[in-house]
Amino acid sequence: MADERNQTQEDILLDIQDLHVKYNTSDAVCYAVNGLNIQVKRGEVFGLVGETGAGKTTTALSILRLLPQRIGEIPQGKILFEGQDVVQMSEDQMRELRGSHISMIFQDPMTSLNPVLTVGDQIAEAIETHHQSMSKEEVQAKVDHVLKLVGIPPARKYEYPHQFSGGMKQRVVIAMALVCEPRLLIADEPTTALDVTVQNQVLDMMSNLKEELNTSMILITHDLGIVCQMCDHVAIMYAGKVIEQGTVYDIFDQSKPHHPYTIGLFGSLPSLQSDSKRLKPVMGLMPDPTDLPPGCEFHPRCGSCTETCKLKAPGVFQDGETHMIRCHLFSK
Amino acid sequence: MNEHTNVPLIQLKDLRKYFKTGAGTLHAVDDVNLTIQKGHTLGVVGESGCGKSTLGRTLLRLLPATSGEILYHGENILNYSAAAMKKTRSKMQMIFQDPYASLNPRLSISQIIAEPLKVNHVFQSKKEMDERILDLMDTVGLARRLANAYPHELDGGRRQRIGIARALALDPEFIVCDEPVSALDVSIQAQILNLMMDLQDQRGLTYLFITHDLSVVRHISSHIAVMYLGQVVEYAPSKELFQNPKHPYTKALLNAIPIPDLAYRDKPRELIHGEITSPIDPKPGCRFAARCPHATDACMGKGIPLRNVGSEHQVACVLYGQTTGE
Repeated sequence: MADERNQTQEDILLDIQDLHVKYNTSDAVCYAVNGLNIQVKRGEVFGLVGETGAGKTTTALSILRLLPQRIGEIPQGKILFEGQDVVQMSEDQMRELRGSHISMIFQDPMTSLNPVLTVGDQIAEAIETHHQSMSKEEVQAKVDHVLKLVGIPPARKYEYPHQFSGGMKQRVVIAMALVCEPRLLIADEPTTALDVTVQNQVLDMMSNLKEELNTSMILITHDLGIVCQMCDHVAIMYAGKVIEQGTVYDIFDQSKPHHPYTIGLFGSLPSLQSDSKRLKPVMGLMPDPTDLPPGCEFHPRCGSCTETCKLKAPGVFQDGETHMIRCHLFSK
Repeated sequence: MNEHTNVPLIQLKDLRKYFKTGAGTLHAVDDVNLTIQKGHTLGVVGESGCGKSTLGRTLLRLLPATSGEILYHGENILNYSAAAMKKTRSKMQMIFQDPYASLNPRLSISQIIAEPLKVNHVFQSKKEMDERILDLMDTVGLARRLANAYPHELDGGRRQRIGIARALALDPEFIVCDEPVSALDVSIQAQILNLMMDLQDQRGLTYLFITHDLSVVRHISSHIAVMYLGQVVEYAPSKELFQNPKHPYTKALLNAIPIPDLAYRDKPRELIHGEITSPIDPKPGCRFAARCPHATDACMGKGIPLRNVGSEHQVACVLYGQTTGE
């Protein structure tokens, strides 16, 4: 086992081990992430799926250490990026890491751009921050290059964000994130605010860029369609834990065993192909993160809940090499 | 109630809604003709800015129509007086998109559901009204103990249930649902969709269901109208539209949906280029032509009407049907 780990160490870009994140608010402690383990390999697209409140965005913010100061806390766990623990880094080291090695695209392109700077200036700012020795001409050449990459004519760099449509703004945001050629790109619901035909254009561009720049990507989304089309590896989150993960072929293969929550998620989707009249969603609601149920967090909503589930947190069931499920149903 | 067996519940004739802006006239809804039979659901799909919400609001006279007719049981409600409209409106209700913005944060849940009942003086005594409110809460699956809770205490799914209870309070025949599930998580979305379909079965409701989500619209609708820049470009029964889409825009929309099925994973994406153009003073001709892969000179210059291409299937595209020399 140890040997195997050493062999694959080279390929693993990001290794999150037993991550816990909590938010200390004035009236309660909110347990947002509760023992998360994921590994992102070089060059792959890793999908992080779950509903509102599952802890997806908190995980992303932890990787960049952007949790709200004093409120957000990482009491336990490691986030190893190329072997170095991000949790232990100083603020100076973090500044070095952010933007140049790991960058992030936020959900809403309308609010992540500065309305009083031209698009070109904003992209140039990202370059100048990380490459202070670069000349003005070099910076401008780089701005033009990255705009071409995302399909915007470089002549538009003198325009302001309000002159761009939603899809174009998201392209600008992606250009800014990619300009320093980061090794890891975290995209938090990058296309949720866009119309489907535009979403399709942006997703297509992102896959092409990933190939071209060999960037790894963590794609956070609630849209299983996007996950299936884009991701190599998928983790499904519930109440701050990964309850199932595997390759996209493990997760989307209906004939394989699945966590009851995964089955519920798929049952909630109206199908474009079949004519089933009634949806079969998961009943009930996401648990309150300030007051998580004992045992398996999912047990109050689970159709196959037993006495064990109410008392004991389930361990990991390994189905083949890549596929794991965290559920008592599969433990013998 | 007088039953007109052959008259559709709702009929829109050349309905137009224009807005005057500094830059010109914005054609939000342009010559829309649609029919909804009692007990059916008409889905209206399109991307942001295509005029689908304006259509829903104009239909209920929440916005004054620029021209055209809105027939409800065969009568044009645009000619109704304010008093007659108030009476009619109790039969035509609306469910809004954002369950966070559409509820008054200062009213308790029972007060929110009571409002339409109070405004229309439905009950003489408070006791009767309270009973009715609790009944409605049962109907939409809200626990009775929540009657005195306030909207901020509830999650999105429960809030949307309040919006539905409020819309049902006056026993309407027709409900305009403006993106009722798009602000909700998938599992909650499925719960609300199931509820809305059950209510339709039990009460014989007729829906106009506005959404940008094609899988939702296919699930709930009997007929679908696809809108692009204020105009209906294709209309067909739900199944027919998905099996046999004709308009290049409908095809592009269907191709653009990411499907959660491995069989579709390695198929190359078919992209249409560009984004929706401006609805201000559009030039005559097909409004999709600028993005259409099949556009020719025939698409420009004059309006392209909806043409029948099968029973109940209509499409506004020069590729289908013959241009009869008028």
